[in-house]
Amino acid sequence: MSLRMIWRKTVNVIMLSLTGLCALVTVSALFLILGCLAWKGASSIHWSFFTNLPAPVGETGGGIANAIVGTGKLLMLAALVGIPVGLLGAVYLAEFASSTSAFFVRYATDLLNGVPSIVIGIFAYTVVVIPMHHFSALAGGFALGVMMVPIILRSCEEFLRNVPRSLREGAMAVGASKWKTIATVVIPAASSGILTAILLSLARVAGETAPLVFTAFGNQFWPHGLNQPTAALPVVIYNYALSPYDDWHRQAWAAGLVLILLVVVTNLLTRLLLQRQAMARR
Amino acid sequence: MKVVTASSGAAKETASDLAMRMLISNLNFYYGKSQALFNVNLRIATNQVTALIGPSGCGKSTLLRTMNRMHETLSDTRLTGEILLDGEDILRQDVTRLRRRVGMLFQRPNPFPKSIYDNVAFGPRINGHKGSLDDAVEHSLRRAALWEEVKDRLNRSAYGLSGGQQQRLCIARALAVDPEVLLLDEPCSALDPISTAKIEELLIQLKENCTIVIVTHNMQQAARVSDSTAFMLTGELVEFSPTPQLFTTPTDPRTEAYITGRFG
Repeated sequence: MSLRMIWRKTVNVIMLSLTGLCALVTVSALFLILGCLAWKGASSIHWSFFTNLPAPVGETGGGIANAIVGTGKLLMLAALVGIPVGLLGAVYLAEFASSTSAFFVRYATDLLNGVPSIVIGIFAYTVVVIPMHHFSALAGGFALGVMMVPIILRSCEEFLRNVPRSLREGAMAVGASKWKTIATVVIPAASSGILTAILLSLARVAGETAPLVFTAFGNQFWPHGLNQPTAALPVVIYNYALSPYDDWHRQAWAAGLVLILLVVVTNLLTRLLLQRQAMARR
Repeated sequence: MKVVTASSGAAKETASDLAMRMLISNLNFYYGKSQALFNVNLRIATNQVTALIGPSGCGKSTLLRTMNRMHETLSDTRLTGEILLDGEDILRQDVTRLRRRVGMLFQRPNPFPKSIYDNVAFGPRINGHKGSLDDAVEHSLRRAALWEEVKDRLNRSAYGLSGGQQQRLCIARALAVDPEVLLLDEPCSALDPISTAKIEELLIQLKENCTIVIVTHNMQQAARVSDSTAFMLTGELVEFSPTPQLFTTPTDPRTEAYITGRFG
């Protein structure tokens, strides 16, 4: 074997190892996070953790029940804002927009996507909290909803565009108006993609802390209605992690574990959904 | 208004004797700046099959699509001239009402990702069908000669059918709104010979209550199924005659060159 051949083979092996190593590092990062959370947080996970309210420092048996319910409320509010605006905006982009207006809408959406979450929090603070004179779940839901819009809009637009033109023509050829075609053929055909987009965006905003810190603010007690400050999982983690108490640190780890499990389960669900749809098409 | 018809001959031109379902006059069509149809004049006889033949790019599909205004789904298209359906200008009518009266079938079968039943019921549902939907669906599937094959699996996905069956399903779907005219854009080009034969048989039965216009690449198919044939070339309607006459004694030399295979 000539020197050149040996050199080539060595470079090959080095590059293969390097790329494999980087892939491994990426995957390990995820497993390290999961493992760390599981190790530190699992000990605090028991039934009362999910059903109790936070206890004062020094008392044992505190829980995150109000934070779980609070996150649920905030996500519902966010969905009320994010889903209609995102989906209908996607319909506009995919079906009605001319190329100039489409360009502007897409660009604006992508910029909105890039706005730091804390800036969105300040925006919600100015628009909702100040006129209302207090923190509330409404403000928090609004902030999260604004964050959901660009995610849903862009992914739903893709799914709607992927519906073949022949299906639209088939509907129009029996006398369906443009909107009827969209509502009865195009959206149902893209439905699993749309559902996936919604679930993923919910999972994404569930973990946002910065916009909630000065909108929903957090609450030690049960949230009643939408007009009061509300606890939420990420805010609880933030507050507990910064506290000087060990007991609260442990609870922060456990809450983190709950949050990440929520995200992982949602992601697996969406994969299953997409797979099932791909198989049904065949 | 000049109508291109067969010149003198023993057989009177069938089209002018019968009622005209559609009348196209001085039609010019533009995709953006380029012109695709040049001064087309055509008469479609009621309850007859009219075939449009010609080489690729001659404008036959373009012409077909103007008949139910499907060209409006594309941007930057423009037409001048008149298209009359039973004497009324279709360009002034409500387009969804028009498309219920003039149905269309496409080259590749395009059933919706719904059940067989929902595919056929789609048209009646969105147009506000009165009476039994089940009956309407069965009637359309029978007219499309598909009922026996699918009656036990109406709730299964339409995608489980074969290509030929899917195309017949699309025919049933189009028939469910009871159109007066059916436009077919090369409906058999994606199908095997047996399915093609079934559909051709179907067309001959359907023309009893439905006016049919079929675009086809296949001259033999035109000869088999149609009563009148129009030959088109680079956007012009060159010749329009009763089918036997066009294929045996064409008047225009270009027609003769095409049907004898000298080009196309």
